[in-house]
Amino acid sequence: MADALFGRLSVDSLAVLHVFEDATINNMVDSGAAGLVIVGSVAAILVLKVFRLWTPLFRDWLFSVDHKRIGVMYMALALVMLARGVIEGVVMRWNQSAALGGGPLDPDHFGQLFSTHGTIMIFFVAMPFIFGLMNFVVPLQIGARDMAFPVLNQISLALTATGAALLMISLVVGEFTTGGWTAYPPYTGAVFSPGVGPDYWIWAILLSGVGSTLTGLNFAVTIYKERAPGMTLMRMPLFCWTALVTSILVVFALPPLTAAAALQALDRYLDFHFFTNDLGGNMMVYANLFWMFGHPEVYILILPAFGVYSEISATFAAKRLYGYETLVGATLCIAVISFMVWVHHFFTMGQSATINAAFGIATLLIAIPTGVKIYDWMATLNLGRIRMTVPIVYMTGFFFLFVIGGLSGIMLANPSIDFQVHNSLFLVGHFHNVIIPGVLFGILAAIHYWFPKVFGFRLHEGLGKLAAVLWIVGFSVTFFPLYGLGLMGMPRRSASFQDPSYEPLMQVAFYGSLIILLALTTVVLTIVVSIVYRRHLATPLGDPWDGRTLEWWTSAPPPPWNFAVRPQVTGVDAFAAAKERGDVYAPLDHYEPITMPAKTSIGFVVLVTTTLLGFAMVWWLWWLAIVALALLVGAIVVGSFYPPTEITIPADDVAREDRKWRESARQDRGVTRDEEISALNHGRAAPDMVAAE
Amino acid sequence: MEKHSEHAQYVMGFILALLLTAIPFWVVWTEALAGMRAAAVIGVCAFVQVVVHAHFFLHISTSKQKREDLELILFATLIMVILIGGTIWILSNLHHRMH
Repeated sequence: MADALFGRLSVDSLAVLHVFEDATINNMVDSGAAGLVIVGSVAAILVLKVFRLWTPLFRDWLFSVDHKRIGVMYMALALVMLARGVIEGVVMRWNQSAALGGGPLDPDHFGQLFSTHGTIMIFFVAMPFIFGLMNFVVPLQIGARDMAFPVLNQISLALTATGAALLMISLVVGEFTTGGWTAYPPYTGAVFSPGVGPDYWIWAILLSGVGSTLTGLNFAVTIYKERAPGMTLMRMPLFCWTALVTSILVVFALPPLTAAAALQALDRYLDFHFFTNDLGGNMMVYANLFWMFGHPEVYILILPAFGVYSEISATFAAKRLYGYETLVGATLCIAVISFMVWVHHFFTMGQSATINAAFGIATLLIAIPTGVKIYDWMATLNLGRIRMTVPIVYMTGFFFLFVIGGLSGIMLANPSIDFQVHNSLFLVGHFHNVIIPGVLFGILAAIHYWFPKVFGFRLHEGLGKLAAVLWIVGFSVTFFPLYGLGLMGMPRRSASFQDPSYEPLMQVAFYGSLIILLALTTVVLTIVVSIVYRRHLATPLGDPWDGRTLEWWTSAPPPPWNFAVRPQVTGVDAFAAAKERGDVYAPLDHYEPITMPAKTSIGFVVLVTTTLLGFAMVWWLWWLAIVALALLVGAIVVGSFYPPTEITIPADDVAREDRKWRESARQDRGVTRDEEISALNHGRAAPDMVAAE
Repeated sequence: MEKHSEHAQYVMGFILALLLTAIPFWVVWTEALAGMRAAAVIGVCAFVQVVVHAHFFLHISTSKQKREDLELILFATLIMVILIGGTIWILSNLHHRMH
């Protein structure tokens, strides 16, 4: 009876109690982390209560289908998860710095740390950051009012949040897998991992994977169907191109992962034998399926970051992007080749040298379009009047560090070299070296670049630069030693080691990780300080950087309908061209009512029910799973009958807001590019020199 | 007028689809062809069937405004050929080397 009611759940499952049973350092870290989640949640609830934010939270955010607000929620989720991921990284570096002959953490605990770190950083930091950026920027850049499917967009966010919630719950109740973020069977199968760990991974990945696939479809349709009049594909800003290609990659790459996770669930729950050692199971099928997703995934993450670098290099050099067509072509080449290289993640699995050579050559080839992009950005900056703003500082770090990471990738593309350094810290050095300077720096640069558009005030420039420099230094000190350690033979994912010659570099890496922690703290501090000084930093007119693309041609924050009248596009860099032609803030005399999607609570219902469903499945609470599933299906069925799905905003309301914005923009004297980071910048650009072509 | 030609399209597609289904059945039923020849006829019919469905029912064509749909279908085909073909290549090779 108790089994039917509580499944596998018992008091022992509560990690926060472990320290009271046995006060080892390991248990302190374990229970401390669980305690932190609980304290954090309670604190968040109290803050919402004290400042009376419950109603606005639901009304303006959780029930909103506005792509801008959904984008911000994605970013907030990613930032919280980033904090956890970075702290886990620091804890692992700390453990390894003292791991000669056995570190302070149990191997099992260490295994959970690298598994959650990887899972979180890829699925619940990088992906939501990218989706958040795309959500905010893409509809504005293509001159749309919202996504093609706004409610689906809300549901996708809910499913991503469900995955993140399951990971946070795993810290408090039970444990996470020790099988790494790749969750390779048969180790993660029921025979070798009978606990709940792999099940948390499976349900987090399954549910968030469905959300990501839907997001990919949503963006592909939005970009194909919702572009402003005159905006042909070859007139889209480069960020939109990369968003489009990323969406298409998501549509093709996520299903293999979802399928692999589902097959693993069948193995674990219903005694199937897809990936078991016996009865015809074959784990090599899993590795193949996983990396069919896994390799395109890296390009899913990096391409939008490449889009960001394209936007900021053109804006801050005040020039048209050099080689627009080649950048588009390179993006498309990367999209296709990214599906032809997946074997390089398992060169050592045992297939013939011919296959390895073929995939090794494809891997080398993908460096060519990436190189084309680097040259295009440098050519864009060349002879420009560059302002050394925060995004450009990140981009400078990106140039140097990403190229080094790319070159170590070229080394690994050679199967005979890969055999030597496979599964060593060299590999860990390599992929952090492309993901951090590539993806994360791109995201941080993008946050600085678009923050004034999102919230109507700039981020503090000095603190932002400090954070950027700390990231660059912290990254270098942490991850360059790993290359050396890998070449010395240190395997990845080791909780301890026996060779004393590893110790000095390990300690350097640990100090580096502290600098990264400081960098992250500075990022948070930048946001807090900027909120405090928001009047001083206000840029309500919406164009603080002399922008070139459509998103800058509206107020900041933009009205819910984005554009009172959808702009007419005649070329690349539509806003820059309009500014050259004449007064972009000239009054309009005709406004029309605008139809917008109505708020809905379906996303929140999906979040709650799927989180319950995932939790119930992990702990074998079958009755709860059935209830959650019934509620989910019922809510979707009932919700689809529930009008109204649209609201119409009267032309007068649109006209009032739009006239007010245009009037204050005309009143403002504007700022030259040199004055951009002063308090004079209210978001109207008045450059003293015409852009160089 | 518009409506009428659209119906005609669907009817035309339906007749073609029936025909392309009937031929393979006829080949197998009457044993008119054997072995690889039969397989070849069935394969060709199947391919033409796909094109007929795409053209008459999904309205995919090479005309300017339908170009995007066609591009996406071709891209999807390319990716599926790469992924499925690559998987068969890799796993049959591994299978072979395991014995």
